[in-house]
Amino acid sequence: MKKGIAKLTLALAATAVAASVQAQTFVFCSEGSPEGFNPSLYTAGTTFDASSKTIFNRLVEFEVGTTTVVPGLAESWSVSDDGLEYTFNLRKGVKFHAQKKGFAPSRDFNADDVLFTFQRQDDPEHPYHKVSGGSYEYYSGMGMPELVTEVVKVDDYTVKFVLSKPESPFIANMAMDFASIFSAEQADAMLAAGTPEQLDLNPVGTGPFQMVQYKKDSLIRYLGNQDYWQGAPAIEKLVFSITPDASVRYAKLKKGECHVMPYPNPADIEQMKADEDINLLSQEGLNVGYLAFNTQKAPFDNVKVRQALNYAVNKQAILDAVFQGSGKAAKNPIPPTMWSYNEAVQDYPYDLEKAKALLAEAGVTDLKTNIWAMPVQRPYNPNARRMAEIIQADWAKIGVEAEVVSYEWGEYLKRSKEGEHDTVLLGWTGDNGDPDNFLSVLLSCDAVGGGNRAMWCDEEFDKIIMKAKQLTNIEERTKLYEEAQVVFKAKAPWATIAHSVTYKPLRKEVQGFKIDPLGGHHFYGVSLK
Amino acid sequence: MFQFIFKKLLLVVPTFIGITLLTFTLIRMIPGDPIEIMAGERGVSPERHAQLRSELGLDQPILVQYFDYVQGIFQGDLGVSLITKTPVIEEFLSLFPATVELAFCAAMFAIIIGLPAGIIAAVKRGSVFDHSVMTISLTGYSMPIFWWALLLMLVFSVNLDLTPVSGRMDVTYWIDEVTGFMLIDTLLSGEEGAFKSAVHHLVLPSIVLGTIPMAVIARMTRSSMLEVLGEDYIRTARSKGMVPMRVIVVHALRNALIPVITVIGLQVGILLSGAILTETIFAWPGIGKWLIESIGRRDYPVVQGGILIVATMIIMVNLFVDIMYGVVNPRIRHAH
Repeated sequence: MKKGIAKLTLALAATAVAASVQAQTFVFCSEGSPEGFNPSLYTAGTTFDASSKTIFNRLVEFEVGTTTVVPGLAESWSVSDDGLEYTFNLRKGVKFHAQKKGFAPSRDFNADDVLFTFQRQDDPEHPYHKVSGGSYEYYSGMGMPELVTEVVKVDDYTVKFVLSKPESPFIANMAMDFASIFSAEQADAMLAAGTPEQLDLNPVGTGPFQMVQYKKDSLIRYLGNQDYWQGAPAIEKLVFSITPDASVRYAKLKKGECHVMPYPNPADIEQMKADEDINLLSQEGLNVGYLAFNTQKAPFDNVKVRQALNYAVNKQAILDAVFQGSGKAAKNPIPPTMWSYNEAVQDYPYDLEKAKALLAEAGVTDLKTNIWAMPVQRPYNPNARRMAEIIQADWAKIGVEAEVVSYEWGEYLKRSKEGEHDTVLLGWTGDNGDPDNFLSVLLSCDAVGGGNRAMWCDEEFDKIIMKAKQLTNIEERTKLYEEAQVVFKAKAPWATIAHSVTYKPLRKEVQGFKIDPLGGHHFYGVSLK
Repeated sequence: MFQFIFKKLLLVVPTFIGITLLTFTLIRMIPGDPIEIMAGERGVSPERHAQLRSELGLDQPILVQYFDYVQGIFQGDLGVSLITKTPVIEEFLSLFPATVELAFCAAMFAIIIGLPAGIIAAVKRGSVFDHSVMTISLTGYSMPIFWWALLLMLVFSVNLDLTPVSGRMDVTYWIDEVTGFMLIDTLLSGEEGAFKSAVHHLVLPSIVLGTIPMAVIARMTRSSMLEVLGEDYIRTARSKGMVPMRVIVVHALRNALIPVITVIGLQVGILLSGAILTETIFAWPGIGKWLIESIGRRDYPVVQGGILIVATMIIMVNLFVDIMYGVVNPRIRHAH
């Protein structure tokens, strides 16, 4: 009998242990396989979730849930008066992950790691520059090669970046995924072993989770970093269960096979709201969907025509039919969650009479044009074809005959960059939370032939945003950007359509999860009840 | 016999050349620049675009690219993925065991259900059972896989809680990968419950993937059996008073199986080439999903290399079936 009781107690204890082990495994049903594990080589959010958000840290970080830049691996930083020198004071005692089989670090994080990270991306002669394809799209896309003239190691725990011109978004760039800090020691070890590409496949970082196993199209396993400089994460085992189909992700969430899922089907939102096991978080995304007029083609070079067509877009109809509740009408080119958003700007109401009058004033009759509709789904535009058809029908009411045109995605991007379109539907998702990342990229003179699909080069607007980019004082910058939005609205190079609303369904037992306006998924600070 | 095999092998050569040419040109004929697709809304500058094209070897004349590709094949090098920068053969090998495992289980399901159903339907021709088998197999044959998979998943996984939704194993088990076959790796790991979990995860995808082959096998078996059952020697066997079971199994089935085995061979070839829809829905990390994603991204080396491997396997299966046919049936062997 005693033996029996002892056995029972043991069995009970074993079950208790098993249960607690299970409870510590947190499962994220991710939407796809990462392109790799070095965030500086790639541009997809899926890759960033699997690498920069889990494995790595940056000198400065975005505070989770906001676009505010806070200290990361740099405890503090200072900017010289001329805005050309940024000095970072590095945190001491930060450990890199130690791999069970493979690399084990012998020293803490220091200035050499920072130098390695940036020199690899910047210097074509760097031994690592060409490794793993060697294309650093974000580093070059954010203009870093021209901007950064030098990265100087002042001492082991101080690093100075020297810029070629004052540019305040620089600090936000340093919080972006491509600026994730690698271990120079691991890089040296891998180079010495003749396997430099291992650095990008199996990297160690300083972040809250250490990657331990990756199986393409199946799963990624992480262990909580017990030595994490902000304290060990509550989640001990983190699993990304790669599940490409949104309905299947939902089924898994319902059944408890995962705890959080990204990108739900808009059609499932109502059911999720009613589900007792699921919490549905939502936030306006840091993006904008727009219709750009080709301002270098007649009659769209005439501001009256652009305004008229703006008046003839029924945004409410688009929100109802295309977004099904997951969108919010846009009036500015930047989203409302971004600082300097100008609340006072008045949008063009849906007013067909006014539209007709403006067209008559411009002397335009029997206008025949086209609307380009993207062939892909994006949060800022879940169904471009449908959206184009709604606009087409509205424009027909004011005597404008528009043909809906579409190309394969790569072709679409290329042709619209070259300005083949009359009007084109497209959108943008912010990278670093800085208004410059929308206004410069999408509307500056420099961006014509690139991100500026309106081919719009307006001297007044350009002057304002260029000035704002060089100031470091945020109040002054805010004022300038607010002004820029007024100019934008009056000159109407776009019809602003919508900002998406992001939904994040998670199980009730998940605590501390925050939606990231920049679109990432973060698991530090998250726990299970 | 050797001459026969040699002739068959010789025929494979032009087929191979045809496959390399077809995959190479077809993927390039689809409009869309891999660099533009990679860059998305963000775009790349014209200089960067030119630089990337040269780095990826896309600026070379098309003939040079083709010969590079063919030369690579002979050296066992299928190139490197434009997206992940991993060798194509490495990606293939990491994903193929999952496809094989699923294909094997689906084929087992199809044979175990399809074969007896076809036999019984033929023997009891015109009965309710026969009609049911024919109706069910027709339904199975024309069932949209996507819908069928989601239906089974909703009923058995979500509502009845009998099977897991997707994946290859419960993620709470941390199994080291040895062979890539989950059924074997879980056994090797010795972790309790892991094998059971792997089996559970195989049930629904195998049924979904096995539905069409099952229908094909059932129908083929039935018609083949009916043909044989009408032969004179069967009537003779029956009239001699032989046990009906013996007539069916020994006399009829043996001969009826020949075309059925061909069909099974072809179905297995198809299953091995990866099941795009089933793999996508059940988040099954196999080669079907890999290939379809690569086409979307215009990842030329993966599409070329992947299809080449898959085509090779299908050719091999066909060759094997052809040769077996020759072995079994001298009439075919000597006709050549």
